[in-house]
Amino acid sequence: MSESAPAGAPAPPPAPPPAALGPARRTGAVRLLLRHPLGLASGAVLAAVVLAVLLAPVLSPAEPGVSSLRDAFGGPAAGHPLGFDSAGRDIVARLLHGGRNTLGGAVIALVVALALGVPSGLLAGYYGGWFDSAASWAVNLVMALPAMVVLLASRAILGPTVWVLMVVLGFLVAPAFFRLVRGIVASVRNELYVDAAKVSGLRDRRIVARHVLIVVRAPIIIQVALVSGIAIGLQAGLEFLGIGSGDTPTWGAMLNEAFKNIQRAPLLMLWPGLALGLTSGALVLLAAALRDVLEDRGAAPAARRRRTGPTTITAPRSAGACAGLLSVRDLAVSYALPGGGEREVVHGVDLDVRAGEIVGLVGESGSGKTQTAFSILGILPEGGRVCRGSVTVEGEEIVGMPERRHRELRGNVVAYVPQEPMSNLDPAFTIGSQLVEPMRCKLRISKAEATRRALELLRLVEIADPRRTFASYPHEISGGMAQRVLIAGAMSCDPRLLIADEPTTALDVRVQAEVLGLLRRLQRERDLGVLLVTHNLGVVADLCDRVAVMKQGRIVETGTAEQVLHAPQDPYTRKLLGAVLDHVPARRPWQPSNAEVS
Amino acid sequence: MSASAPGSATVDALLRVEDLRVSFPGKGWRAPRVEVLKGVSLDVRPGETLGLVGESGSGKTTIGRAILGLVPVRSGAITFAGERIDRVPARRRRELSRDIQVIFQDPYTSLNPSLTVGDTLSEPLLAQGYGAREARERVGGLLDRVELPADAAHRLPREFSGGQRQRVAIARALAIGPRLIVCDEPVSALDLTTQKTVLDLLVEIQERTGVAYLFVSHDLSVVRFMSHRVAVIHRGEIVETGEAAEVTAEPRHPYTRGLLLSAPVADVAAQRARREAFEREYGAAAT
Repeated sequence: MSESAPAGAPAPPPAPPPAALGPARRTGAVRLLLRHPLGLASGAVLAAVVLAVLLAPVLSPAEPGVSSLRDAFGGPAAGHPLGFDSAGRDIVARLLHGGRNTLGGAVIALVVALALGVPSGLLAGYYGGWFDSAASWAVNLVMALPAMVVLLASRAILGPTVWVLMVVLGFLVAPAFFRLVRGIVASVRNELYVDAAKVSGLRDRRIVARHVLIVVRAPIIIQVALVSGIAIGLQAGLEFLGIGSGDTPTWGAMLNEAFKNIQRAPLLMLWPGLALGLTSGALVLLAAALRDVLEDRGAAPAARRRRTGPTTITAPRSAGACAGLLSVRDLAVSYALPGGGEREVVHGVDLDVRAGEIVGLVGESGSGKTQTAFSILGILPEGGRVCRGSVTVEGEEIVGMPERRHRELRGNVVAYVPQEPMSNLDPAFTIGSQLVEPMRCKLRISKAEATRRALELLRLVEIADPRRTFASYPHEISGGMAQRVLIAGAMSCDPRLLIADEPTTALDVRVQAEVLGLLRRLQRERDLGVLLVTHNLGVVADLCDRVAVMKQGRIVETGTAEQVLHAPQDPYTRKLLGAVLDHVPARRPWQPSNAEVS
Repeated sequence: MSASAPGSATVDALLRVEDLRVSFPGKGWRAPRVEVLKGVSLDVRPGETLGLVGESGSGKTTIGRAILGLVPVRSGAITFAGERIDRVPARRRRELSRDIQVIFQDPYTSLNPSLTVGDTLSEPLLAQGYGAREARERVGGLLDRVELPADAAHRLPREFSGGQRQRVAIARALAIGPRLIVCDEPVSALDLTTQKTVLDLLVEIQERTGVAYLFVSHDLSVVRFMSHRVAVIHRGEIVETGEAAEVTAEPRHPYTRGLLLSAPVADVAAQRARREAFEREYGAAAT
């Protein structure tokens, strides 16, 4: 039976190893970092510092510990470019060797923090349960400890060596990694692709390695850059206070010695200070650059929002006069491309809605139907603009209208019912306040009057217990109820035109039927014009008087619902109707013969 | 077949779910557990599609997840090919993935965005002990089977449309030749025309390989197209089971009738009749 495996298909040409793509993508990240000005500069500085410090034995002109009191506070001399410190030791040698200890200390702290924080974060995030509770509790405890006090105490107990202090410091910053990793892993754990991997029969170890670590990699790298900066700073701070191992050269210890002689030779402070400042500054900037490169990769640079759109209004004004409530002529919408230039997504749409008429705008995803609706409302997302054509509502041109006038129009004349009812209600406010506030603002009525009207609206949209719904928060009501609330909100200022963008797509069919019934009733009672954006031809049959079918930014067919659904002219409309499953016969009953044929 | 189903007291069911109960901890301190499945029983025969219809929150997805071992079972039994699989150790669960696979609803989140399609598809093969080379060769065959170009293996999911991604998910489910695939709303995130082609593909694969489907959906017409038999679930209980033609055309249970009458059809006259029947029966939207 395992022979029934699907690869009975003709043998395909052997593919090159998929792994070849992995490194290619990683070098992509490195290249991006090098192209990032901040990343390039900070990376170069860091690389120089690390290289110099690694090569200290070769580069340094003298041993860091060799002192000749004769040269104390001596200025630059041949072979000693920066001169000598208070004990007559060569400053360059002390800087280079001190850097070794300073950076080495930071590395120790980092290694300890990573070794403690990352695995425990992975375990706690992936499995949850008691380990998660215990680890989180322990981590909160560690974070509550004042780092300085712990470091001072540990020095008193464990003795004055930098290395031990750095291990303790690593322990203290481990929670930063734990919390970062745990948070990300806990959210990745619920991704469907992790479930799919489980169903594929992967071991947990493999799932973590392949699906989870990839996601935490970038944040960890960024955090490493930040934490090493902190570790260097803290270490230098301790040494500066004189809490370190007395005679090992470090940048902090150099600062401490220089500070004692600040009156006599202030310049001695400069060199270790500069080294510390450069290194930590470069680390912080590198972290910022890494964040840009690793986390926002692929994100388009935010296009500046252009307020008023059209370059040309080509439509004849006379057309609007007879067209009724909404008239769209030759509407084109374009989006700014990240690299400059524009891409047109709607190419010259004509559309009319008369008062008391429901017009369906039908199309598949990417057809431009929502873009058309958004242009009528004047709420195109960032980067989008109407680049051609005209939109008139009750004879008034909307394209190029000042935002303030447009805002007046929205709500009073044109109202909007969105697709996702839940995400269009603010979870922090009650339903009531979300209905009352816009009315007070738009209609300039008292709070009591607005409350009375809100309750009336909730009754209008057939909500059984308006008072209870009025006092509820969005999470306390169902999706269908939320959509009714949004319809009530849209009705609050008595609009003439309602634009509904897939108003029932997120709802169950029974609720959908009720909401469609509600829209039909409102439209009849109030002589409302409705532009209904939908992909569902059943909804069109149920509600619409006329239909426009959109494909790739163009309207391919317009007509009454009967015409379009029963005698479609355009091949695309026919294809759409051909995919409707309403009248397909059910499958023939199951026959045992077709079981496990192979 | 008889060799693979020892002790076949269960005449010919491939999957049998009996009195399945699943509950989740309630929110808040000492809150009562929320019972999602209240004693669900169903069975799927080899090569058969059982459609499972219900609204959101009915528990239809949870049934699939319980069969896949992704949610703990409170009580009841799940039997696959004569073997109890509701409480199996992790090692046996991994072995079961040879036989039981899944296609999730959302083709955008069910594929790891940072893995190439080839990596995603070879994953189940590697997990079942195929060599890297063999896995790679089979990936080409899988892509071919779901009508994707062979060079798709080197591309990332974000380069594909929703329908194409769902084809990748189907290929992943087919990779090890399973006997049962849990399809959790596999087409509800797709466009109308894409939906049809993906369903056609699923039927074609079933006819060719004899795989059984547990096909979860909220859409009666999709379920009718796909299923031999249909079970209707409402608030964690199966309210009606029967042949697809009967349940989706002349349902007996009032809940199923409501579902049927409230689903709009793309035919103006038929829809008017359907809507009037719905309003007569359920008194919604009183005019």
